[in-house]
This record gives sequence, structure tokens and C-alpha cells, in this order.
Amino acid sequence: MLNVSGLACSRGERRLFADVGFSLDAGEWLHVQGQNGAGKTSLMRLLVGLSPADAGEIRWRNEPTPSIEFRRDLIYLGHHAAVKEDLTPLENLRLSAALDGIALDERAALAALIRLGLRGREDLPVRVLSAGQKRRVLLARLLTRPAVLWVLDEAFNALDVAAVKLLGELIAEHLAHGGMAVLTSHQPLPVPGGRTLVL
Amino acid sequence: MNAFFATVRRDLLLALRRKSEVLTAVFFFVIVTSLFPLGIGPEPVLLKKIAPGILWVAALLATLLGLPRLFAADHVDGTLEQMALSPSPLGMLVAGKILAHWLLCGLPLVLLAPVLGLQFDLDASALGILTLALLLGTPLLSLIGAIGAALTLGVRGGGVLLALLVLPLYIPALIFGAGAVEAHIAGLGAGGHLSLLAAMLALAVFFAPWATTAALRIALE
Repeated sequence: MLNVSGLACSRGERRLFADVGFSLDAGEWLHVQGQNGAGKTSLMRLLVGLSPADAGEIRWRNEPTPSIEFRRDLIYLGHHAAVKEDLTPLENLRLSAALDGIALDERAALAALIRLGLRGREDLPVRVLSAGQKRRVLLARLLTRPAVLWVLDEAFNALDVAAVKLLGELIAEHLAHGGMAVLTSHQPLPVPGGRTLVL
Repeated sequence: MNAFFATVRRDLLLALRRKSEVLTAVFFFVIVTSLFPLGIGPEPVLLKKIAPGILWVAALLATLLGLPRLFAADHVDGTLEQMALSPSPLGMLVAGKILAHWLLCGLPLVLLAPVLGLQFDLDASALGILTLALLLGTPLLSLIGAIGAALTLGVRGGGVLLALLVLPLYIPALIFGAGAVEAHIAGLGAGGHLSLLAAMLALAVFFAPWATTAALRIALE
């Protein structure tokens, strides 16, 4: 479903990587590894279509990306918190769903937050939550936004042991339902299977 | 279309949580326009003559105050990135943000203008034309300003650059907006000026969200 071939990226004069290729099918996931500055985040941003590649091609369901269909199937969670500090977790989830054109009722949003261990925090402004809790608010989107391809850049950062385990479970469930994931992380990931790409 | 209204609702809600940011622009408009009658003194003929220009320049600057925040906050916390990756067209979300900016920074100026115009001894019909001109002109200011805000996004010292970039583009709006009131006071009729202002607005509604979107995609790379 996801086919990447001959991907190259440079920052200024420096060539970060060249001729990167992989493909993913339903239920598969890829662990992107590399030293600091190897270009993991750059690869992720190329993959989702935030920045253009110097060379190479990314195809989704045999169509070139980025396209509206690709964006509908995609969730990308990067380094940023990507939540509004002045809104509550519940408002954040429901508004980001509305922006994506998805109707999300309060019960479903609440269920996602409770699964992420934010019971009782749903009506506090995100500003007062800890870094790990903010991260959990963002991760709740994985449950409320239907998507096939999860691209998670350092998603395990700032999470405690229980949350790392939970995210591992979420990814495993997603893969079991025919989803796909591309992850970067320096730690070994608590997700079975998967292939490794070293930059 | 739902995504468009969701964006408007989101930005209005965010502004409600941070009232001070919106109120600064409005108070700036009130204070600047009030300083002139106080500084010049009770000279009705002179005040009446300069009123349209003063009110319009103050509206221009007040709109400019809110512009750097239009995309900056969303850029810093990464929500702009999520909008760019959303299945909803980014142009639609950007148009929603521009409308929210106008509702917060433009519409209050339109509503306050008749009250502030009284300080300059404008009569009722001139106040009506002034309000109408601002009603057509302030959305134009928000639309043009959004392009500038997107182009200077993430640039250090972007605020000053934004002013240098956007203010020259505001000149046509200023000329025809202030000109409408002056023409009316001179007894020439404001129809022509207002039509031109409306034509510029129609053009900007069509092109500005598109240009802003293109600039944002470049800023996000």
C-alpha cells in the first residue's frame, strides 16, 4: 500500500540520505533508526508530504502523494505538542476532529481520554497538565481519528512506563486491524514484529 | 464547509480564553483616534476634514497589531502542521482563520467607528458612509494581511517586516476608504469609491486565501 523508492534529502549542502526505499502492507510496521541528525525527522516529514523530496517517489495505494486520500488515511504526530494550551483536552480532541471534517461526539472523545489515563483531567486547560499528560492528549487522537497509516516521530518521548506500554498496545491493535505504522525511536519499541530501517 | 466553521469556532474560542490579545487592538484604535481631537483642540472644520484619514489609518494600524498572531501561535505549537496534513483543504481552514481574525480585529472597529467619528464632528450621513466603507474595507485588510502574516511566518523580527510588507499594500484600501467619506462630505457621492472597495474585496476573497495557503506550505517546509 505504501511504496517508497529512491528517496533523497539534503539540508543545505549536506546530503542527509539518498536512495531510501521501503514498502509497507497491511499489518506491517517500520522502525526508523539512526543517530541524532541522521535525518529521521526529515524522512518523516518527506513521507507525510510536509516537505518536498530532492528525489524519489512516495506512492500510497499506487497513487502519488500527497493527495487528499492519503491525508485521510494518515495520522502524523511529530515532536510538537500540537494541542492548544488554552483549551481543555476534550475541546482539543473535538475541535481537531472537526477541523479534519469528522464529527466526534463527546462520549467517544471522553472514552479515548479515559483510555489514555486522563480521567478527571478532561475539563482542565492543557496548560496545567504535565509534559507527559500533554503527550497523552495528543495520542488520544490515534483513537478518535480513523486512519490506516500512523507516522509517529519520537512518540515515546516524555511518556512514563505505563504509557509506553499502552502506546505499544495501541499500535499492536492498530496493526492487528490491518493498519500500518512508521515509527522513530531510540529505545527498543514494545511492539512485536516490524522491520528496521537504519539511516 | 464544516471544517471552515469549525476553524472559526476554534479561533473565537481561543480568543475568548485570551481576551487581552483581542482587546489591545480595539483599545489601540479607540485611543489613537481619541488623541487627535484632544491634541488639535476644538476646531470643528479641521477635525471634520482630517477625520476619514485618521480613522482609516488607525484602523489599518489596529488590524496590523493582530496580524503577527494570526498563524504564529499555531505554527509554534504544531497545530498548523496538523492543519496542513488534514484531509480538509488547507485553503478552507485558512479562510476560516481569516474570517475569525476579521470578527475579532475588524468588526469591532466597524462598530466603534460611528461613536469615535462623533469626536470629529461628522454628521449622521457621513458616519454612515464611514461605517459602510470600513465594513467593506476591514475584511480586505484582514485578507491582505493574512498573506503578509504567512510570508513572514517563522522569520525573526517578522513583526516589523510584516508591517513594511503589508502597509504599502493597504494604500488602495486607504485611498478609496477615506476617499468615500471625503467625497460624501464634499457632496460628490461615495458610490464610486465604495464600488471600487467592494470590487477589491471580491478579488481578495477569491485570491488571498489561496496565496496565504501557498505561503504557509512554504513556511512549513
